[in-house]
Amino acid sequence: MTPVSRKLYTDDVSLLVVLIDTNPYFWSTNNSGLPYSKFLSHLVAFLNSILLLNQLNQVVGIATGVNSCGYIYDSSLAPPNKRAETLLQKLEEFVIKDEELSAEDSVDGIKSSLLSGSLSMALCYIQRVLRSGSLHPQPRILCLHGSPDGPGQYVAVMNSIFSAQRSMLPIDSCVIGAQHSAFLQQASHITGGIYSKPQQLDGLFQYLSTLFATDLHSRSFIQLHKSVGVDFRASCFCHKSTIDMGYICSVCLSIFCKPHKKCSTCGSTFGQPQATVSPTNLKRKAPDS
Amino acid sequence: MSERQVIKRAKYKSSIKDPGTPGVLTMKRERFVFMPSDPRSLMKLNVEFRFIIGHKFSKEAPNKKALLNLTQDKGESYIFEFDSFPDRDACRDFVAMAIAPPANAGKASSDKPSVPPSSEQLSTAEMDRRIKLLQVDSELQKLHKEFVMGGVLTEAEFWATRKKSLDEKISSKSKQRVGLKSDMIFNVKPSSDGQSNRVKYSLTPEIIHQIFAEKPAVRRAYLNLVPKKMTETDFWMKYWRAEYLHSTKNIVAAAAEAAEDEELAVFLKQDDILASEARRKIRRVDPTLDMEADEGDDYTHLPDHGLSRDVSKDLTDSQYDLYKRSFLQDLNRHAAVVLEGRSVDVELGDTRSVAEALTRLKEVESANEASNTHVEQGRSDLISRMAELEDLQGPRDHPVAPLSIKDPRDYFDSQQANAIKTLGESQSGSKHKKSILNAHEAYGSLRKSISEIKDLGLTDPIIKSEVAMKVFSELTLRISNTKYHHGKDPHESILDGLPNATKEEILHQWTSIQELLKHFWSSYPITTTYLHIKVNKVKDAMSKIYQKLQVLFGPIEIKSSVRQDFRHPVSLLVQPMTQALDAAFAHYEVDFQKRSTKSVERPNGFV
Repeated sequence: MTPVSRKLYTDDVSLLVVLIDTNPYFWSTNNSGLPYSKFLSHLVAFLNSILLLNQLNQVVGIATGVNSCGYIYDSSLAPPNKRAETLLQKLEEFVIKDEELSAEDSVDGIKSSLLSGSLSMALCYIQRVLRSGSLHPQPRILCLHGSPDGPGQYVAVMNSIFSAQRSMLPIDSCVIGAQHSAFLQQASHITGGIYSKPQQLDGLFQYLSTLFATDLHSRSFIQLHKSVGVDFRASCFCHKSTIDMGYICSVCLSIFCKPHKKCSTCGSTFGQPQATVSPTNLKRKAPDS
Repeated sequence: MSERQVIKRAKYKSSIKDPGTPGVLTMKRERFVFMPSDPRSLMKLNVEFRFIIGHKFSKEAPNKKALLNLTQDKGESYIFEFDSFPDRDACRDFVAMAIAPPANAGKASSDKPSVPPSSEQLSTAEMDRRIKLLQVDSELQKLHKEFVMGGVLTEAEFWATRKKSLDEKISSKSKQRVGLKSDMIFNVKPSSDGQSNRVKYSLTPEIIHQIFAEKPAVRRAYLNLVPKKMTETDFWMKYWRAEYLHSTKNIVAAAAEAAEDEELAVFLKQDDILASEARRKIRRVDPTLDMEADEGDDYTHLPDHGLSRDVSKDLTDSQYDLYKRSFLQDLNRHAAVVLEGRSVDVELGDTRSVAEALTRLKEVESANEASNTHVEQGRSDLISRMAELEDLQGPRDHPVAPLSIKDPRDYFDSQQANAIKTLGESQSGSKHKKSILNAHEAYGSLRKSISEIKDLGLTDPIIKSEVAMKVFSELTLRISNTKYHHGKDPHESILDGLPNATKEEILHQWTSIQELLKHFWSSYPITTTYLHIKVNKVKDAMSKIYQKLQVLFGPIEIKSSVRQDFRHPVSLLVQPMTQALDAAFAHYEVDFQKRSTKSVERPNGFV
C-alpha cells in the first residue's frame, strides 16, 4: 500500500475517460444518422484537441461492446505520434473479440450495449489513478452512447452512478441515437455533468469541443448549457406504469396508482379515505394560478 | 349631530380688550350668524364653518370671562364672550362638531381617506378603525378608492369580508391576564403618627385578594363570621390587631389576647388549612419518583421549617408555640401563591365574592382528587411495575411481530419492466427500421468502417464551417435563454426579476381581480334584485379590467414594450388572471341564458 502522499492539485488538468459505444447492431442500422467512420473521425479529432489543451492531460478510451467491454487506449502508454493508429488498431481487435463472444447468430432488434460494464471499468481506473499518482488528475467521464438502454442493467448503472457521485466524478453524456436515454439523463443529473443530444450530427465535433472539453475547474465559471428536464417519473408498483399522481404508503413509500386496502410491500393496512364533499353551494373563490 | 342649531346670547369682540357688542349668536350646522342687539350696529357676522379651522376657549375659573375664539384660515379670529360657562361650553361643543367632519373631507384628497356617507348607523369607533386600517394599508386604500368610490361596491360589502382584520385591531390588548404582584403588599408596615398612638393600615381590594389567597384560614373565618357575627370593618380591625401583635413579636401578649378573644385567636394561630394542604400534597407524591417523601417532609407550614433552634434562647413555654410565626413562612407561602398565578378572574370589588370564589376553587380541586380513584389504581400499578427486579424475573416472551421483508429483486424487476415499457414507447417510432440482423453481418460492417477510416485518415476540415456555425449558435442560444433558468433557484422569484413598474402593475391588477371575483362568486345564485344589480356592476368592472389587461399585457403589447427576456414570465403571470376572468364571464353568460329562458317560459303557465 503506497503511503498517502500530498497531492498536487493543478487547475486545468483533466483525465478524460471516454466510453465509446461499439454496438454493431446500432451502428449498422443507424441509417439516418452518422456513419461509424465519420463518428470515429470526429472522436479522434476531439481526443487530439483534448490532449493539446494541456501537457498533463490524459485520455483513456473504453469500448462498450455488446458482450464485453475493454480498454482501448491510454494516452499515457501509447506512443505520442501514433495515437490514432493505436486507438483504431485496438478498437478493431476489440470488435473481433466481441464477435467471438456473441452467442446467437441472429438478433431481433437492437441489442443494448454494456453501459454498466464500461462505467464500472472507468470508475476502477480512475480510482487506481487517484490512489497512485502524485497529481490529482481531475477525472471525468464522457459517455458517447447511441444504443438503447438495457433494462436489465438498471441496478448496476444506478450503483455506478451513485459511486461516481460519491467520488465527485461528473458523468457527461452525448447521446447519438434517436431517442433520449433515461439512464444517462439521470447519470448526468445526479453527478452534475452535462447531458446533450445533438441535433446536428455532422457537426458532432463542434458539440464535443464546445460542451465537453471544459475541465472541471473551468466549469465553475463557464456557463454550460443545462438540460431542460429529467424524466424522474415514478412507476406504480401494481401495474409498473409511469404515473404522475398516485398514492404512497407512509411506512415504506411504495407507490400505487389506485387506493388499496393494504400495502403490498410492507403489509400495513391503510385507513379509509374520507368521503368527498360534494359542492352544493356555488360560493367559491376564483381559481388560483 | 344631535342639535341642528344653538342660539345663545353673546357679545362679539374684535379683540380681547374690546368691550364687545351684545347680540345673539346663532350656530347652525353650516354657519354661524351673529346679530347684534342694536339694529343700527354694523357688527353682523355670517361666517361658514368651512372657513373656521380651530377654536380656542378660556379656562373655567370663577373670575374669568367665558370666551370662545374661532380662528379663521386667514388669521382672522372671532371672539365671543358668553354670560355663563355652560353657554360657552354648549357653543364650543357645537363648533367642535361642526368643524370636525368637514375637516375630514377637506383632507381626503391629500392623505386621509374618507368614508362616504352610508345609510348604516356606524359607531365612531368603527369608523375610526376603518380609517386607521385604510391609512396603514396602502394597497387596501387603493382598492377602496377604486371600487367604493367608483360605485362598483358599496361600503358594507367591502368591509364585510374584512371583519376579521378590523376586529383584530381592538382585541389585541385584552388577551393578557395580569399576574399577581410579587411584593407582599399586605405586609407593609402601617403608617403611624409619631405623636398619637394610632397606626393606620390601608386596605385595597388587591390586598384583600392576596390575603385570601395566602391565608385560607382567614378566608374561612371571613366566610363564617361576616356578616352574621360581625361587620366587615370589625373583621378587618381584628385582623389588623392580630397583625400588629405579631409585628411586635410579643408572643406572650399574643397568647394572652388570644385567650380572651376567640376570633382573634383564629388570626393568631397557625393556619391549619395550610397544614392539611401540605400533608395532602406529600401524600400525592409519586413514590417511584421520590421514595423518601413522607410525613416528615411536611414542614412548610411550620415556623422555622421545623428546624430545631437553639432552645436555650427561647424562654417561652411550649404553649406559646402555637402563636409563633416567622417571616420565612409568610415569604414562602406568598411565593407559592404568586407562582400559581391568578386562578380567579373575579372582580376585586366585592370581598365576599372573592372569598367565595377562592373557596370554591379549592373545594373543586380537592373533590377532583378525592374522586380520582383511577389515579390511585394507576399509581399502584406503576409502583408494582417499577419495584420489579429484572434479573429475578423469569424469561418472558415478548410479543413480537414477525418481520416480513420482501425480496428487493421484485422492486428492481418492476423498474426494469417499466424501463422496457418506456423504451418500447420511445422505440415505436423507429420500429419500421427494425430488421433481423445477422450478427456476422453487423460485426463485419463495423470492422469495415474502422478499417475505412484507418486508411482514409481524418478529413480536412473535420467539419464544414457553416455546420459548425449553426451548431455553435444553437448552443449559445440555449445557454442564454431564460427559459432554462426558471425554477432552478429556489430563492429567486419571477416577480423580482421583472422591472418595478411592471411588477407593481401586475400585482395591483391581480389584487383588484381577486377582490372583484370574490364579490362576483359570492353573489351567486342570484335570488334578489340587489344581487342582480351587484353582479352587473361587478361584471362591468371586470370587463374593464380585462380590457386593460389586454392593452397592457396583451400579446402585441408584450412584444414591443416589455423586454424579450420578460415576455415569457409576464405572459405566464397574466395568463391565470385572464383565465379566471374568462371563467367568471362564462358563468355569467350561462346564468344569464338560463334566466332569460326561464323568464320567457313563465308567462306560458303562470301569471
